[in-house]
Amino acid sequence: MGKINGSQAIIKCLQEEGVNTIFGFPGGAVIDLFDELMDSGIKNVLVRHEQGAVHAADGYARVTGEVGVALLTSGPGATNGVTGIATAYLDSIPIVVLTGQVPTALIGNDAFQEVDIVGITRPCTKHNYLVKDAKDLVPTLREAFHVARTGRPGPVLVDLPKDVVATMINFPERKPVRMQTYQPTYEPHMGQIEKACKTILGAKRPVLYVGGGVILSNANEELTELARRLDIPVTMTLMGLGGFPGTDPLSMGMLGMHGSYTANMAVSQCDVLIAVGARFDDRVTGRIDAFAPHAKIIHIDIDPTSISKNVKVDIPIVADCKHALTAMNTWLTQAKDLNEDEIKTKHEPWLATVNEWTEKHPMAYATDGEIIKPQYVIEMLSKLTGGDAIITTEVGQHQMWTAQFYKFNRPRRFITSGGLGTMGFGLPAAIGAKMAFPDELVIDVAGDGSIQMNIQELATAKQYGCPVKIAILNNNYLGMVRQWQELFYDKRYAGTVMEVTPDFVKLAEAYGAVGLRATKASEVEGVIKKALATDNLVIMDFTIAREEGVFPMVPAGKATTEMLLV
Amino acid sequence: MKHTLSVLLQNKPGVLSRVTGLFSGRGFNIESLSVAETLDASVSSLTLVTSGNDAIVEQITKQLHKLIDVIKVTDVSEGEFVEREMVLIRVKAESNTRAEVLRVIDIFRGKVVDVSPKSYTVEVTGSTTKIKAIIDILKPIGIKEIVRTGTIAMARASKS
Repeated sequence: MGKINGSQAIIKCLQEEGVNTIFGFPGGAVIDLFDELMDSGIKNVLVRHEQGAVHAADGYARVTGEVGVALLTSGPGATNGVTGIATAYLDSIPIVVLTGQVPTALIGNDAFQEVDIVGITRPCTKHNYLVKDAKDLVPTLREAFHVARTGRPGPVLVDLPKDVVATMINFPERKPVRMQTYQPTYEPHMGQIEKACKTILGAKRPVLYVGGGVILSNANEELTELARRLDIPVTMTLMGLGGFPGTDPLSMGMLGMHGSYTANMAVSQCDVLIAVGARFDDRVTGRIDAFAPHAKIIHIDIDPTSISKNVKVDIPIVADCKHALTAMNTWLTQAKDLNEDEIKTKHEPWLATVNEWTEKHPMAYATDGEIIKPQYVIEMLSKLTGGDAIITTEVGQHQMWTAQFYKFNRPRRFITSGGLGTMGFGLPAAIGAKMAFPDELVIDVAGDGSIQMNIQELATAKQYGCPVKIAILNNNYLGMVRQWQELFYDKRYAGTVMEVTPDFVKLAEAYGAVGLRATKASEVEGVIKKALATDNLVIMDFTIAREEGVFPMVPAGKATTEMLLV
Repeated sequence: MKHTLSVLLQNKPGVLSRVTGLFSGRGFNIESLSVAETLDASVSSLTLVTSGNDAIVEQITKQLHKLIDVIKVTDVSEGEFVEREMVLIRVKAESNTRAEVLRVIDIFRGKVVDVSPKSYTVEVTGSTTKIKAIIDILKPIGIKEIVRTGTIAMARASKS
């Protein structure tokens, strides 16, 4: 094969990696690449803001498990993508972000649309690269995809100077990527697996604490097997929802700041805590010394830095969650003299206690005549979609209500910005998800505040025939902050009142979408049904109880047992 | 507690800022840092002195190891190790103190590497404690300028 230019080589690399959709926004530094993309067969989705491109690639990655790709121009194009990159980093989502850069000769000269994006994104990427020599272009891209998708996944940025991309090169043959300095540990240490299993079998009050790692490693079946064969109750982090069926009797729902009463009580009382692909985030633990104070802690994580970072772990297992859980299930199957029914019987009093907690304080809310309670909207969405839609969210109260009241039974159905808490994530992420699975129902649950952060992506959704449904829980407030102000700031609503909010129905129409509104509880079901029956982009605007709060709530810095209840 | 870490890393642009960015971003201390290439020009060796309790140092070691360009991280202070630092001191040396300065330098097995009518520039090598000692002794005489390399360290070779 003769020489090809850098753009052609990049396209070939993308094809090798199985990329069929990228999300991008053009500019001077990447115009060659866009030109080459046009006839490549790769779908190039033109977003309306670069943050949207990265979130869309992220949403695509979360629902498929594949690497999402965004292509941005240099300078402002690249910096606009940074929030998206940090969002993916905090939630360990595999994406590759390609950024244009000024020609190598101009780097460092404060050239037009020049920014040191490699320097800027160093702390919020898993790794990043500036390709200065065209011969490194293809190996670097291959390495970038390898790093993004293996180990603890994460975003990788590749900065591409314009002259490098224009250089004629030989396209090197594809070989498996081998990196001397990067070899994640997938297989667990069998001695640790045995120790963990014996500790679990000795437990009277075990709890499984499940995080996003279970979803990232596709370990939901292995986890479900472990929980069910020994009757271990399961609680999930925000990122772990869907990792275990939400309707299973063993599911205690989410734990932490807005977790269920049951989950937080169970963690506080358990004698063995099995953390799987979770990282003891402060929103989960509350006051750290009061978190699982009576428990021996087993922690499975592929990233050694997560282990004993916040909470001292008794039995660390560095491994891929799927491999570790498989090894545990195999160990249990092969264990001599193990009677699983006996273990289940031993757990009966514990499960009875757990059920008592749920009976005492179920996840609930008070209805109020015709006033629309946001929780009711989520329950309706859950009911009318059979709990099986892909749900994205923005960040705030609506996100927590969704986590609490939508029953996720499958992984990769709940797409939310957990770690960074990025408002404006939900709509572009929904577009990414819908691009990946055009036949699936995708709903962005939003607040009136956060939907406006990336509202411009309605045009992207419309342009690409991407009929996502947007459910806005509209209270004319930045509700989550307002709730804190109500509880801890003497009801001084500083900067949280949205005195002007657009008419979302008219706004939808302006974008060629369908706008629906419900102002009474009795209209909610009809509006959702109509939206689901519409083969178009839809905004549902629900006027909700204005000062409704998210409960239970653990005030920041308190023990998770110190919950404020409804 | 003080820990001396020896880190091997790939000699690529920006690697040092990955390391220092990690420390500043996560609030870890750097007391000294010294870096240069090894026999293999594609590999750099970095010695870093930091402090913190066991949990913090464990986190530092793990986080360093997590950086893609890092090849190996060793906490040499966990076992027997040799550490050295070099310092250049420009010390006031006027007629009344010239002889005394030379005596001090001799005691510390230092070398005079530059001479002017009013000062000596001295090179001294040793452990951090020794460097601190000579600085303490020369301070009252008058130190005009001082430059230190930061510690470099190596684990002691196995005796068997």
